[in-house]
Amino acid sequence: MAEQPREPQRPLPRLKELDTRAFWEATRNKELRYQRCDDCETVVFYPRRHCTGCLGSNLSWYTASGKGSIYSFSVVRQSYHPFFRSRVPYAVAWIDLDEGPRLLSNIVGVEDPGADLTIGQQVVVEWEEHEELSIPLFRPA
Amino acid sequence: MAAQGRDAAIVGIHEYPSRDVEGEFSPLQIKAESAARALEDAGLNWSDVDAIYDAGDGGGMAGLTISEYFGLHPRIIDTTNVGGSSYEYHAAHARRDIAAGKARVALLTYGSTAHSNAMAIGVGGRGGGVHPVDNMESFAGMTLVSNYAMAARRHMHQYGTTSEQLAEISTATRYHAMRNPQAVQAMQDLEFLDIRETTVEDVVNSRMIADPLHLLECCMISDGGGAVVIAAPDVARDCAKNPVWILGTGEATKYPEIGGDITISAAAASGPSAFAEAGVAPDEIDVAMIYDSFSITVLTLLEDLGFCAKGEGGAWVEGGRLRFDRPEDGPALNTDGGGLSSNHPGMRGIFLLLEATRQLRGESTSQVSDARLAVAHGNGGMLGSRHCAGTVILGRD
Repeated sequence: MAEQPREPQRPLPRLKELDTRAFWEATRNKELRYQRCDDCETVVFYPRRHCTGCLGSNLSWYTASGKGSIYSFSVVRQSYHPFFRSRVPYAVAWIDLDEGPRLLSNIVGVEDPGADLTIGQQVVVEWEEHEELSIPLFRPA
Repeated sequence: MAAQGRDAAIVGIHEYPSRDVEGEFSPLQIKAESAARALEDAGLNWSDVDAIYDAGDGGGMAGLTISEYFGLHPRIIDTTNVGGSSYEYHAAHARRDIAAGKARVALLTYGSTAHSNAMAIGVGGRGGGVHPVDNMESFAGMTLVSNYAMAARRHMHQYGTTSEQLAEISTATRYHAMRNPQAVQAMQDLEFLDIRETTVEDVVNSRMIADPLHLLECCMISDGGGAVVIAAPDVARDCAKNPVWILGTGEATKYPEIGGDITISAAAASGPSAFAEAGVAPDEIDVAMIYDSFSITVLTLLEDLGFCAKGEGGAWVEGGRLRFDRPEDGPALNTDGGGLSSNHPGMRGIFLLLEATRQLRGESTSQVSDARLAVAHGNGGMLGSRHCAGTVILGRD
């Protein structure tokens, strides 16, 4: 029997990357985490080992509610990437979490991303499960 | 003009003419050919060069590799790579090194075969790397175009900017491209459909690539390259052509931060620094060479450089204001045709210096009459997230 061609896959984060490993490990439990400095209270995002607000590295992890709003978005209609080409049109967006951090993701769960999304719209995380981690996507709240 | 610094001048330039080398020339060969022609333009030779500026397109250990390839033993090597703004940084650093007495003749080169290599710069996938940024963002499939599109969307949201206003950037650059034989040849070689001056309607009716940016708001992907020779004042006075002085420079960075405003670029910091150092105001500028990766890039940078107030760029560019034959309305934009309609091999910053120099020499194909002052502003990286800004103010005697 001929082997079926493998479906193109979403590019996934690498768990071995040292600054972001704890972030991605927490996604297994569907926790969306960010760091804040114990000493100067700076919120650090994307994750790092050191604080960008002071010279320390006493960063603690906090779990975000998963709620936020769309800061801006675009609808991708052309991509040459094997996976994303199969998904056009799809929405990419900067999401402002209620806790502050701004992260890049996709907005899912809308029929026509070109017509159904607006800046400022409230969204909530929707996890896409994979073997070793989950991907935080967002849908309208 | 007030007593401005005359520390260093552009004395030699060359723009590699082909936008499609069909795999017959390498980036290194484009760099060397451009360097030789630029030195010839200046009336100098290889042996005069004592400082090398290179963004790494010549291979690993960039400054060493390219020095051997050129057969040079430079006293200064600077391999700053900040994407498309690298060459504005190089010009600033060359002036600084010359002013400090560390160098007398600086050579900047660029070569790329992005088109021949079929690089999908704008709509490529951004595969998962090992840098923490990539590890946080690659999963979302943000193409380069959609990154800039998010800046455009936000600009529309905050200021009421329209697609028709953004289209003015594209029509102005095409207006200039149609007067530049190299740009017309480029569009033919890259198989543009319907090569002619465009209207606002043409732009907004072209295919959407990433909402709200249309095809004709996106730069091309070409081959190409060029070289710039910058020299100390005593060298410059003896060169073949009139010097184009570097009067002021500014550098700045921007990246995503909590509560950040992506409608404001790093140019809002680099621009004022450069203008202040030059002792020049934006309304004195005759030619604005502004990195036109996309329409929104130019609109944002025009505002941030102070040609109009923040948020008013849309209304300001209306009615063909940016054309070279309307000097009473402010600076002419990208008179070579820009990245939108002349060339974009990946890092376009060097071409901003080249055309600004041609204008101040009176050599442009869309010549602004009596052009005395120009700005070259490079944006390297991505407007909607992380980028560097390099502003260079140029003037002639």
